Amino acid sequence: MNRSAIDLWVGIFVVIGLAAIAFLSLKVGNLTSVSSAPGYHLDAAFDNIGGLKLRAPVKAAGVVVGRVEKITLDPQSYQALVSMRVDQGYQFSKDTIASILTSGLLGEVYVGLDSGGDTQMLADNGRRIAKTQSAMVLEKLIGQFMFDKAASGTTAPMANDAPKAPPKPAQTGTAIVGGAK
Amino acid sequence: MRADALTWALRRVGERTLSWIERVGFAARFSLAVLAHSPAALRRIQLTMREIYFAGVLSLVIIMVSGLFVGMVLALQGYEVLTRYGANESLGVLVALSLVRELGPVVAGLLFASRAGSAITAEIGLMKTTEQLSAMEMMAVDPLARVVAPRFFGGIISMPLLTALFSTLGVFGAYLVGVKLIGIDAGAFWGNMQSAVDFRRDIANGIIKSVVFGIAVSLIAVFEGYNARPTAEGVSTATTRTVVASSLSILALDFVLTVFMFRGIGV
Repeated sequence: MNRSAIDLWVGIFVVIGLAAIAFLSLKVGNLTSVSSAPGYHLDAAFDNIGGLKLRAPVKAAGVVVGRVEKITLDPQSYQALVSMRVDQGYQFSKDTIASILTSGLLGEVYVGLDSGGDTQMLADNGRRIAKTQSAMVLEKLIGQFMFDKAASGTTAPMANDAPKAPPKPAQTGTAIVGGAK
Repeated sequence: MRADALTWALRRVGERTLSWIERVGFAARFSLAVLAHSPAALRRIQLTMREIYFAGVLSLVIIMVSGLFVGMVLALQGYEVLTRYGANESLGVLVALSLVRELGPVVAGLLFASRAGSAITAEIGLMKTTEQLSAMEMMAVDPLARVVAPRFFGGIISMPLLTALFSTLGVFGAYLVGVKLIGIDAGAFWGNMQSAVDFRRDIANGIIKSVVFGIAVSLIAVFEGYNARPTAEGVSTATTRTVVASSLSILALDFVLTVFMFRGIGV
Protein backbone atom coordinates (compact mmCIF):
# COMPACT_ATOMS: atom_id res chain seq x y z
CA MET A 1 0.00 0.00 0.00
CA ASN A 2 1.77 3.17 -1.07
CA ARG A 3 1.30 6.53 0.48
CA SER A 4 -0.96 8.21 -2.05
CA ALA A 5 -3.37 5.26 -2.09
CA ILE A 6 -3.65 5.40 1.71
CA ASP A 7 -4.25 9.16 1.55
CA LEU A 8 -6.97 8.64 -1.04
CA TRP A 9 -8.76 5.97 0.99
CA VAL A 10 -8.53 7.94 4.22
CA GLY A 11 -9.87 10.97 2.33
CA ILE A 12 -12.84 8.96 1.04
CA PHE A 13 -13.45 7.54 4.53
CA VAL A 14 -13.41 10.95 6.21
CA VAL A 15 -15.68 12.50 3.56
CA ILE A 16 -18.35 9.78 3.74
CA GLY A 17 -18.08 9.80 7.55
CA LEU A 18 -18.73 13.54 7.65
CA ALA A 19 -21.51 13.11 5.09
CA ALA A 20 -23.10 10.54 7.43
CA ILE A 21 -22.95 13.01 10.33
CA ALA A 22 -24.50 15.68 8.09
CA PHE A 23 -27.22 13.23 7.03
CA LEU A 24 -28.01 12.40 10.65
CA SER A 25 -28.14 16.08 11.60
CA LEU A 26 -30.24 17.31 8.69
CA LYS A 27 -32.39 14.42 7.52
CA VAL A 28 -32.82 12.35 10.70
CA GLY A 29 -32.59 15.21 13.20
CA ASN A 30 -34.14 18.63 13.13
CA LEU A 31 -31.11 20.92 12.98
CA THR A 32 -32.68 22.88 10.14
CA SER A 33 -35.90 23.74 11.97
CA VAL A 34 -36.64 25.67 15.14
CA SER A 35 -33.55 25.10 17.28
CA SER A 36 -31.29 28.01 16.33
CA ALA A 37 -33.85 30.62 15.27
CA PRO A 38 -33.93 33.78 17.42
CA GLY A 39 -36.86 33.82 19.80
CA TYR A 40 -38.47 35.49 22.79
CA HIS A 41 -39.89 34.25 26.07
CA LEU A 42 -43.50 33.93 27.10
CA ASP A 43 -44.71 32.80 30.52
CA ALA A 44 -47.99 31.22 31.49
CA ALA A 45 -49.36 29.92 34.79
CA PHE A 46 -51.47 26.77 34.75
CA ASP A 47 -53.48 25.08 37.52
CA ASN A 48 -52.38 21.70 36.22
CA ILE A 49 -49.97 20.92 33.41
CA GLY A 50 -50.72 17.20 33.25
CA GLY A 51 -47.87 15.41 31.49
CA LEU A 52 -46.19 18.48 29.97
CA LYS A 53 -42.42 18.03 29.70
CA LEU A 54 -39.42 20.19 28.99
CA ARG A 55 -38.84 20.83 25.28
CA ALA A 56 -42.46 19.98 24.49
CA PRO A 57 -43.64 21.83 21.40
CA VAL A 58 -45.64 25.07 21.52
CA LYS A 59 -48.17 25.06 18.71
CA ALA A 60 -50.45 27.63 17.20
CA ALA A 61 -53.09 26.24 14.84
CA GLY A 62 -51.10 23.01 14.82
CA VAL A 63 -47.87 24.66 13.65
CA VAL A 64 -44.84 24.35 15.94
CA VAL A 65 -43.82 27.90 16.87
CA GLY A 66 -41.59 27.24 19.89
CA ARG A 67 -40.61 24.96 22.75
CA VAL A 68 -41.19 24.74 26.51
CA GLU A 69 -38.00 25.83 28.25
CA LYS A 70 -38.72 25.78 31.96
CA ILE A 71 -41.39 24.39 34.28
CA THR A 72 -41.51 25.48 37.93
CA LEU A 73 -44.06 25.58 40.73
CA ASP A 74 -45.08 28.97 42.10
CA PRO A 75 -44.80 28.53 45.88
CA GLN A 76 -47.45 31.22 46.58
CA SER A 77 -50.27 30.26 44.25
CA TYR A 78 -49.33 26.58 43.78
CA GLN A 79 -49.64 27.02 40.05
CA ALA A 80 -47.23 25.64 37.48
CA LEU A 81 -45.20 28.37 35.77
CA VAL A 82 -44.34 27.37 32.22
CA SER A 83 -41.73 29.39 30.37
CA MET A 84 -41.81 29.06 26.61
CA ARG A 85 -39.43 30.19 23.92
CA VAL A 86 -41.28 31.30 20.80
CA ASP A 87 -39.75 32.09 17.41
CA GLN A 88 -39.18 35.77 16.76
CA GLY A 89 -41.19 35.62 13.57
CA TYR A 90 -44.45 34.80 15.36
CA GLN A 91 -46.25 37.45 17.41
CA PHE A 92 -49.34 36.81 19.49
CA SER A 93 -52.04 39.22 20.65
CA LYS A 94 -52.37 40.16 24.31
CA ASP A 95 -55.54 38.15 24.84
CA THR A 96 -54.01 34.90 23.60
CA ILE A 97 -55.25 31.79 25.40
CA ALA A 98 -52.66 29.13 26.27
CA SER A 99 -53.94 25.61 26.87
CA ILE A 100 -52.36 22.25 27.59
CA LEU A 101 -53.44 19.81 24.92
CA THR A 102 -52.69 16.25 23.88
CA SER A 103 -52.31 15.13 20.29
CA GLY A 104 -54.48 12.07 19.98
CA LEU A 105 -55.49 9.88 22.90
CA LEU A 106 -51.98 8.79 23.85
CA GLY A 107 -49.92 11.35 21.93
CA GLU A 108 -47.47 13.94 23.15
CA VAL A 109 -48.57 16.78 25.42
CA TYR A 110 -48.06 20.28 24.04
CA VAL A 111 -49.00 23.90 24.69
CA GLY A 112 -51.55 25.32 22.27
CA LEU A 113 -51.76 29.06 21.69
CA ASP A 114 -55.04 30.54 20.40
CA SER A 115 -54.57 34.13 19.37
CA GLY A 116 -57.33 36.59 20.22
CA GLY A 117 -58.43 39.80 18.58
CA ASP A 118 -56.42 42.35 20.55
CA THR A 119 -54.33 44.71 18.43
CA GLN A 120 -51.57 44.87 21.06
CA MET A 121 -49.03 42.06 20.91
CA LEU A 122 -47.34 40.14 23.72
CA ALA A 123 -43.81 41.54 24.04
CA ASP A 124 -40.57 39.83 25.05
CA ASN A 125 -39.46 38.57 28.46
CA GLY A 126 -41.67 38.12 31.44
CA ARG A 127 -44.88 38.94 29.63
CA ARG A 128 -47.34 36.51 31.01
CA ILE A 129 -50.20 35.02 29.08
CA ALA A 130 -53.17 35.88 31.28
CA LYS A 131 -55.69 33.35 30.03
CA THR A 132 -54.77 29.73 30.45
CA GLN A 133 -56.55 26.43 30.36
CA SER A 134 -55.27 23.45 32.32
CA ALA A 135 -54.63 19.94 31.20
CA MET A 136 -57.47 17.50 31.19
CA VAL A 137 -56.57 14.68 33.56
CA LEU A 138 -58.14 11.50 32.33
CA GLU A 139 -58.37 9.83 35.73
CA LYS A 140 -60.27 12.76 37.22
CA LEU A 141 -62.55 12.87 34.23
CA ILE A 142 -63.37 9.18 34.57
CA GLY A 143 -63.81 9.62 38.32
CA GLN A 144 -66.25 12.43 37.81
CA PHE A 145 -68.13 10.52 35.15
CA MET A 146 -68.56 7.55 37.45
CA PHE A 147 -69.65 9.76 40.32
CA ASP A 148 -72.21 11.53 38.13
CA LYS A 149 -73.52 8.21 36.93
CA ALA A 150 -73.86 7.00 40.49
CA ALA A 151 -75.53 10.20 41.64
CA SER A 152 -78.09 10.50 38.84
CA GLY A 153 -79.40 6.98 38.28
CA THR A 154 -79.43 4.40 41.04
CA THR A 155 -78.82 1.64 38.51
CA ALA A 156 -77.25 -1.38 40.14
CA PRO A 157 -73.83 -1.79 38.40
CA MET A 158 -72.78 1.84 38.73
CA ALA A 159 -74.05 2.21 42.29
CA ASN A 160 -71.59 -0.48 43.30
CA ASP A 161 -68.75 1.66 42.02
CA ALA A 162 -69.87 4.81 43.78
CA PRO A 163 -67.64 4.49 46.89
CA LYS A 164 -64.57 4.28 44.67
CA ALA A 165 -65.28 7.68 43.11
CA PRO A 166 -63.48 10.74 44.50
CA PRO A 167 -65.13 12.00 47.70
CA LYS A 168 -65.38 15.67 46.68
CA PRO A 169 -67.02 15.87 43.27
CA ALA A 170 -67.37 19.65 43.25
CA GLN A 171 -63.64 20.27 43.60
CA THR A 172 -62.60 17.72 41.01
CA GLY A 173 -65.05 19.34 38.66
CA THR A 174 -63.32 22.72 38.82
CA ALA A 175 -59.92 21.12 38.55
CA ILE A 176 -60.86 19.42 35.33
CA VAL A 177 -62.17 22.48 33.61
CA GLY A 178 -59.36 24.58 35.04
CA GLY A 179 -61.17 27.66 33.91
CA ALA A 180 -59.93 30.70 32.05
CA LYS A 181 -58.70 33.16 34.59
CA MET B 1 0.35 -23.83 61.93
CA ARG B 2 -2.86 -21.88 61.73
CA ALA B 3 -0.96 -18.64 62.19
CA ASP B 4 1.21 -19.59 59.24
CA ALA B 5 -1.85 -20.20 57.07
CA LEU B 6 -3.23 -16.85 58.15
CA THR B 7 -0.05 -14.94 57.29
CA TRP B 8 0.10 -16.78 54.00
CA ALA B 9 -3.45 -15.75 53.13
CA LEU B 10 -2.80 -12.18 54.22
CA ARG B 11 0.40 -12.09 52.19
CA ARG B 12 -1.52 -13.28 49.12
CA VAL B 13 -4.11 -10.51 49.61
CA GLY B 14 -1.36 -7.93 50.01
CA GLU B 15 0.47 -9.20 46.96
CA ARG B 16 -2.68 -9.09 44.84
CA THR B 17 -3.52 -5.57 46.01
CA LEU B 18 -0.02 -4.27 45.39
CA SER B 19 0.20 -5.75 41.90
CA TRP B 20 -3.23 -4.36 41.10
CA ILE B 21 -2.20 -0.89 42.29
CA GLU B 22 1.02 -1.18 40.31
CA ARG B 23 -0.91 -2.12 37.19
CA VAL B 24 -3.35 0.77 37.60
CA GLY B 25 -0.47 3.15 38.19
CA PHE B 26 1.36 1.82 35.15
CA ALA B 27 -1.78 2.22 33.01
CA ALA B 28 -2.21 5.80 34.21
CA ARG B 29 1.42 6.71 33.56
CA PHE B 30 1.20 5.01 30.17
CA SER B 31 -1.89 7.06 29.23
CA LEU B 32 -0.16 10.26 30.27
CA ALA B 33 2.94 9.29 28.29
CA VAL B 34 0.82 8.62 25.18
CA LEU B 35 -0.82 12.01 25.58
CA ALA B 36 2.57 13.66 26.08
CA HIS B 37 3.79 12.11 22.83
CA SER B 38 0.70 13.10 20.87
CA PRO B 39 2.16 16.35 19.44
CA ALA B 40 5.02 14.36 17.90
CA ALA B 41 2.57 11.88 16.41
CA LEU B 42 0.27 14.56 15.04
CA ARG B 43 3.20 16.46 13.53
CA ARG B 44 4.04 13.41 11.47
CA ILE B 45 0.47 13.07 10.27
CA GLN B 46 1.39 10.38 7.73
CA LEU B 47 1.79 7.83 10.52
CA THR B 48 -1.69 8.59 11.86
CA MET B 49 -3.12 8.48 8.33
CA ARG B 50 -1.81 4.97 7.94
CA GLU B 51 -3.49 3.92 11.18
CA ILE B 52 -6.78 5.55 10.17
CA TYR B 53 -6.55 3.44 7.03
CA PHE B 54 -6.01 0.22 8.98
CA ALA B 55 -8.45 0.91 11.82
CA GLY B 56 -11.10 2.92 9.96
CA VAL B 57 -11.16 2.23 6.23
CA LEU B 58 -10.70 -1.51 6.58
CA SER B 59 -13.53 -1.64 9.18
CA LEU B 60 -15.94 0.09 6.78
CA VAL B 61 -17.41 -3.06 5.29
CA ILE B 62 -18.25 -4.80 8.57
CA ILE B 63 -19.60 -1.59 10.09
CA MET B 64 -21.77 -0.66 7.13
CA VAL B 65 -23.17 -4.15 6.55
CA SER B 66 -23.92 -4.59 10.28
CA GLY B 67 -25.60 -1.17 10.41
CA LEU B 68 -27.79 -2.01 7.45
CA PHE B 69 -28.91 -5.32 8.92
CA VAL B 70 -29.42 -3.96 12.44
CA GLY B 71 -31.64 -1.22 10.98
CA MET B 72 -33.63 -3.69 8.89
CA VAL B 73 -34.20 -6.09 11.79
CA LEU B 74 -35.10 -3.22 14.10
CA ALA B 75 -37.70 -2.05 11.57
CA LEU B 76 -39.24 -5.50 11.25
CA GLN B 77 -39.41 -6.12 15.00
CA GLY B 78 -40.47 -2.56 15.78
CA TYR B 79 -43.27 -2.72 13.23
CA GLU B 80 -44.50 -5.95 14.78
CA VAL B 81 -44.85 -4.32 18.21
CA LEU B 82 -45.98 -0.86 17.09
CA THR B 83 -48.81 -2.34 15.00
CA ARG B 84 -50.47 -3.60 18.18
CA TYR B 85 -50.83 -0.02 19.37
CA GLY B 86 -51.67 1.39 15.97
CA ALA B 87 -48.50 3.45 15.97
CA ASN B 88 -46.92 2.24 12.71
CA GLU B 89 -46.05 5.79 11.75
CA SER B 90 -43.66 6.04 14.70
CA LEU B 91 -41.39 3.35 13.26
CA GLY B 92 -38.92 5.97 12.03
CA VAL B 93 -38.77 7.53 15.50
CA LEU B 94 -38.16 4.18 17.18
CA VAL B 95 -35.39 3.17 14.79
CA ALA B 96 -33.67 6.55 14.60
CA LEU B 97 -33.66 7.16 18.36
CA SER B 98 -32.43 3.70 19.27
CA LEU B 99 -29.71 3.83 16.62
CA VAL B 100 -28.48 7.37 17.22
CA ARG B 101 -28.60 7.24 21.01
CA GLU B 102 -27.57 3.69 21.88
CA LEU B 103 -27.13 1.03 19.23
CA GLY B 104 -24.95 3.09 16.90
CA PRO B 105 -22.21 3.99 19.39
CA VAL B 106 -22.37 0.70 21.33
CA VAL B 107 -22.54 -1.82 18.48
CA ALA B 108 -20.08 0.14 16.33
CA GLY B 109 -17.78 0.32 19.37
CA LEU B 110 -18.02 -3.44 20.00
CA LEU B 111 -17.33 -4.19 16.35
CA PHE B 112 -14.48 -1.71 16.31
CA ALA B 113 -12.96 -3.29 19.42
CA SER B 114 -13.01 -6.75 17.90
CA ARG B 115 -12.05 -5.73 14.37
CA ALA B 116 -9.46 -2.98 14.95
CA GLY B 117 -8.61 -3.06 18.68
CA SER B 118 -7.53 -6.70 18.61
CA ALA B 119 -5.40 -6.06 15.50
CA ILE B 120 -3.65 -3.11 17.19
CA THR B 121 -2.89 -5.19 20.29
CA ALA B 122 -1.59 -8.13 18.27
CA GLU B 123 0.60 -5.86 16.14
CA ILE B 124 2.18 -3.99 19.05
CA GLY B 125 2.48 -7.19 21.08
CA LEU B 126 4.28 -8.96 18.26
CA MET B 127 6.55 -5.93 17.79
CA LYS B 128 7.45 -6.24 21.45
CA THR B 129 7.95 -10.00 21.22
CA THR B 130 10.30 -9.67 18.24
CA GLU B 131 12.10 -6.84 20.08
CA GLN B 132 11.31 -4.26 17.40
CA LEU B 133 10.33 -1.82 20.12
CA SER B 134 13.69 -2.28 21.87
CA ALA B 135 15.45 -1.87 18.53
CA MET B 136 13.66 1.42 18.00
CA GLU B 137 14.72 2.62 21.42
CA MET B 138 18.30 1.72 20.62
CA MET B 139 18.07 3.83 17.46
CA ALA B 140 16.81 6.71 19.64
CA VAL B 141 13.30 6.43 18.15
CA ASP B 142 10.68 6.62 20.86
CA PRO B 143 8.23 3.74 20.26
CA LEU B 144 5.51 5.65 22.11
CA ALA B 145 5.66 8.45 19.54
CA ARG B 146 6.37 6.24 16.52
CA VAL B 147 4.12 3.24 17.18
CA VAL B 148 1.67 3.79 20.02
CA ALA B 149 0.44 7.39 19.68
CA PRO B 150 -0.47 7.16 15.94
CA ARG B 151 -2.55 4.04 16.58
CA PHE B 152 -4.25 5.73 19.52
CA PHE B 153 -5.23 8.78 17.47
CA GLY B 154 -6.13 6.72 14.43
CA GLY B 155 -8.69 4.89 16.58
CA ILE B 156 -10.09 8.07 18.13
CA ILE B 157 -10.58 9.71 14.73
CA SER B 158 -12.06 6.61 13.09
CA MET B 159 -14.59 5.73 15.77
CA PRO B 160 -17.06 8.69 15.47
CA LEU B 161 -17.04 8.46 11.67
CA LEU B 162 -17.71 4.72 11.77
CA THR B 163 -20.52 5.28 14.29
CA ALA B 164 -22.16 7.92 12.09
CA LEU B 165 -21.96 5.56 9.12
CA PHE B 166 -23.43 2.72 11.19
CA SER B 167 -26.41 4.85 12.28
CA THR B 168 -26.93 6.24 8.78
CA LEU B 169 -26.93 2.82 7.16
CA GLY B 170 -29.24 1.60 9.96
CA VAL B 171 -31.77 4.34 9.24
CA PHE B 172 -31.47 3.57 5.55
CA GLY B 173 -32.08 -0.13 6.24
CA ALA B 174 -35.16 0.75 8.30
CA TYR B 175 -36.34 2.94 5.41
CA LEU B 176 -35.94 0.03 3.00
CA VAL B 177 -37.91 -2.36 5.20
CA GLY B 178 -40.46 0.10 6.60
CA VAL B 179 -41.30 2.16 3.54
CA LYS B 180 -40.35 0.00 0.57
CA LEU B 181 -41.21 -3.44 1.93
CA ILE B 182 -43.99 -2.94 4.49
CA GLY B 183 -45.41 0.20 2.95
CA ILE B 184 -45.44 2.85 5.68
CA ASP B 185 -45.96 6.34 4.28
CA ALA B 186 -42.55 7.85 3.49
CA GLY B 187 -43.62 11.33 4.60
CA ALA B 188 -44.75 10.06 8.02
CA PHE B 189 -41.57 8.01 8.39
CA TRP B 190 -39.21 10.95 7.85
CA GLY B 191 -41.47 13.64 9.32
CA ASN B 192 -42.06 11.91 12.66
CA MET B 193 -38.37 11.07 12.82
CA GLN B 194 -37.33 14.67 12.31
CA SER B 195 -39.75 16.04 14.87
CA ALA B 196 -38.61 13.54 17.51
CA VAL B 197 -34.84 13.46 17.00
CA ASP B 198 -33.13 16.51 18.41
CA PHE B 199 -29.68 17.53 17.28
CA ARG B 200 -28.17 18.49 20.60
CA ARG B 201 -29.92 15.97 22.79
CA ASP B 202 -29.71 12.90 20.56
CA ILE B 203 -27.21 13.27 17.75
CA ALA B 204 -24.56 15.32 19.55
CA ASN B 205 -24.77 13.04 22.60
CA GLY B 206 -24.39 10.01 20.33
CA ILE B 207 -21.26 11.52 18.80
CA ILE B 208 -19.85 12.31 22.26
CA LYS B 209 -20.47 8.69 23.25
CA SER B 210 -18.66 7.40 20.18
CA VAL B 211 -15.65 9.65 20.87
CA VAL B 212 -15.49 8.39 24.47
CA PHE B 213 -15.74 4.76 23.30
CA GLY B 214 -13.04 5.45 20.70
CA ILE B 215 -10.70 6.77 23.40
CA ALA B 216 -11.44 3.80 25.67
CA VAL B 217 -10.98 1.12 23.00
CA SER B 218 -7.83 2.67 21.51
CA LEU B 219 -6.23 3.19 24.91
CA ILE B 220 -6.99 -0.36 26.06
CA ALA B 221 -5.74 -1.78 22.75
CA VAL B 222 -2.38 0.01 22.75
CA PHE B 223 -1.91 -0.56 26.48
CA GLU B 224 -2.53 -4.31 26.30
CA GLY B 225 -0.22 -4.57 23.30
CA TYR B 226 2.55 -2.58 24.94
CA ASN B 227 2.11 -4.42 28.22
CA ALA B 228 1.91 -7.92 26.68
CA ARG B 229 4.26 -10.63 27.89
CA PRO B 230 6.77 -11.09 25.04
CA THR B 231 5.74 -14.65 24.17
CA ALA B 232 3.32 -16.12 21.67
CA GLU B 233 0.99 -16.98 24.52
CA GLY B 234 1.35 -13.50 25.99
CA VAL B 235 0.28 -11.87 22.72
CA SER B 236 -2.77 -14.09 22.43
CA THR B 237 -3.74 -13.38 26.06
CA ALA B 238 -3.31 -9.65 25.48
CA THR B 239 -5.49 -9.75 22.36
CA THR B 240 -8.24 -11.57 24.20
CA ARG B 241 -8.01 -9.14 27.08
CA THR B 242 -8.32 -6.21 24.71
CA VAL B 243 -11.59 -7.48 23.30
CA VAL B 244 -13.03 -8.42 26.70
CA ALA B 245 -11.92 -5.25 28.51
CA SER B 246 -12.99 -2.98 25.62
CA SER B 247 -16.43 -4.56 25.38
CA LEU B 248 -17.04 -4.38 29.11
CA SER B 249 -15.82 -0.81 29.39
CA ILE B 250 -17.96 0.24 26.41
CA LEU B 251 -21.07 -1.20 28.05
CA ALA B 252 -20.23 0.27 31.46
CA LEU B 253 -19.32 3.70 30.06
CA ASP B 254 -22.50 3.65 27.98
CA PHE B 255 -24.59 3.22 31.09
CA VAL B 256 -22.77 6.02 32.93
CA LEU B 257 -22.97 8.39 29.96
CA THR B 258 -26.65 7.61 29.40
CA VAL B 259 -27.41 8.39 33.04
CA PHE B 260 -25.75 11.79 32.69
CA MET B 261 -27.07 12.59 29.22
CA PHE B 262 -30.69 11.54 29.38
CA ARG B 263 -31.63 11.75 33.05
CA GLY B 264 -31.67 15.44 33.70
CA ILE B 265 -28.08 16.54 34.09
CA GLY B 266 -27.04 16.63 30.45
CA VAL B 267 -30.36 17.72 28.98
